[in-house]
Amino acid sequence: MGISSGSFFLQNLFNAIMLGGLYALIAVGYTMVYGILRLINFAHGDIMMMGVYFAFYAATILSLSSIPAAIVAVLGAAGLGFLIDRIAYKPLRNAPRISALITAIAMSFFLESFAVVVFGAVPKSFLSVFKDRSILNKVLTVGGAKIPLLTFLVIILTAAIFAVLFWIVYRTKIGMAMRAISMDIPTTSLMGINVDMVIGFTFALGSALAAASGIMWAMRYPNVFPYMGFMPGLKAFIAAVVGGIGSIPGAIVGGLVLGAVEIFAVSYFPDLSGYRDAFSFIILIAILLIKPSGILGKKAIEKV
Amino acid sequence: MSEEIVLNIENLHVYYGAIHAIKGISVNVPKGKIITLIGANGAGKTTTLSTITGLVKAKSGKIVYNGIDITNKPAHTVNRMGIALVPEGRRIFPELTVYENLMMGAFNRKDKEGIKQDLEWVFELFPRLKERLSQLGGTLSGGEQQMLAISRALMSRPKLLMMDEPSLGLAPILVEEVFEVIKKINEEGTTILLVEQNAFGALNISHYGYVLETGKIVLEGPSQELLNDETVKKAYLGIG
Repeated sequence: MGISSGSFFLQNLFNAIMLGGLYALIAVGYTMVYGILRLINFAHGDIMMMGVYFAFYAATILSLSSIPAAIVAVLGAAGLGFLIDRIAYKPLRNAPRISALITAIAMSFFLESFAVVVFGAVPKSFLSVFKDRSILNKVLTVGGAKIPLLTFLVIILTAAIFAVLFWIVYRTKIGMAMRAISMDIPTTSLMGINVDMVIGFTFALGSALAAASGIMWAMRYPNVFPYMGFMPGLKAFIAAVVGGIGSIPGAIVGGLVLGAVEIFAVSYFPDLSGYRDAFSFIILIAILLIKPSGILGKKAIEKV
Repeated sequence: MSEEIVLNIENLHVYYGAIHAIKGISVNVPKGKIITLIGANGAGKTTTLSTITGLVKAKSGKIVYNGIDITNKPAHTVNRMGIALVPEGRRIFPELTVYENLMMGAFNRKDKEGIKQDLEWVFELFPRLKERLSQLGGTLSGGEQQMLAISRALMSRPKLLMMDEPSLGLAPILVEEVFEVIKKINEEGTTILLVEQNAFGALNISHYGYVLETGKIVLEGPSQELLNDETVKKAYLGIG
């Protein structure tokens, strides 16, 4: 298969969409929390890591089969996200923004260290989650390109999760409250809405999506270790900024852009594969120079 | 015969840091009436309303609503008890549609039929809103936003409606319309606490008034009497 062939392109395209979707799922958590609290939740990537461990232990210790294990892990991560907001961020709601930011960094370190101590620093194989591994090895042929079935499943699942997310945010009452809070917190509370509950829900929702992303990530790259959330978290943060932080469609666009650049740059310029991570940062710098508000971001209007 | 008191504020003190913004005011809001707080900028009118809603905390004093102490209760609890505020500057959610803004007002209600009825009611009060239902709140004119802010508050079907300068920044013809609507809402049974700089308009439609100056009540009385009071005439009505 030549580098200029159509099937090579197709194969990379699917990989790019998959990777981009996984970034986007994490990026949405950053962007929703930022939209509401103007806080970069640096612990978000580590919540993804915790989600993967939850799935791992649900499958190995509770000996659940893979789908129930994933559901338990996603719910566990949602609860963890809610709890982190309650314990670490809620007491700082009226404090200067920098205090919450520093707390977020501390929370990130805490979760990583917690994982090292409790789960152990030695990487675990996520494959042990699957009783039946045959599905992982199936390959489909599309237009001459060989695409793992898993890639399709991840893409479809990611799209379905986004459909549910959009339904929640734009079609339900709690979603309306989330959008209202991102515009005006005091006025939202004047409507009889318990703002802290809605913020907690936002953390839970973002954390659930991060865990879902992490679990799919681990199916593809089956190494589970305490620092596994760091790079994807950072990339997803870049995706959120590139797409326009605070915008959910922006997070999706940013994620896909990042996924595409990483995959295509490495496959068409194999010599540069060592610089894989650098591409993301180059895009970040470029977007900050050209359009600092991001691809779909609005001009920042400082509220007085 | 004593009248039923909806809201009773007793010796309320509020500070912003070191600034003593409200210095021991006492206000009574009887059921079914329009009570007005008038005063210049910085007199403490908005602070008083914010303290009732729970957005600003009181240092001392008591706020009693229908016999229940609501001093320093969180804002969402106060609203759920039946107190709605039309905030200063309207505070419309700019990127929610007019319909969504109205539904934000009815957020905690479960009675679908009642919500529908109240929607019809606010469309009757402000027919223009009906034409704008799917428009974003931020695209409305100032007057329309004020109508939306009043309607949004009404959608919670409040027992006590508080309004913070509803006439501010409106064209004279709209000011009159807004005061007419306030009167109408009251006649249909809602108790109103109205804060205004437009003393003439407010005293004209209200039953009882309080004059606030730098955090203190300097004068109170039936609105008709205040309209004829020499000091009020001089300081707030520009007469005499």
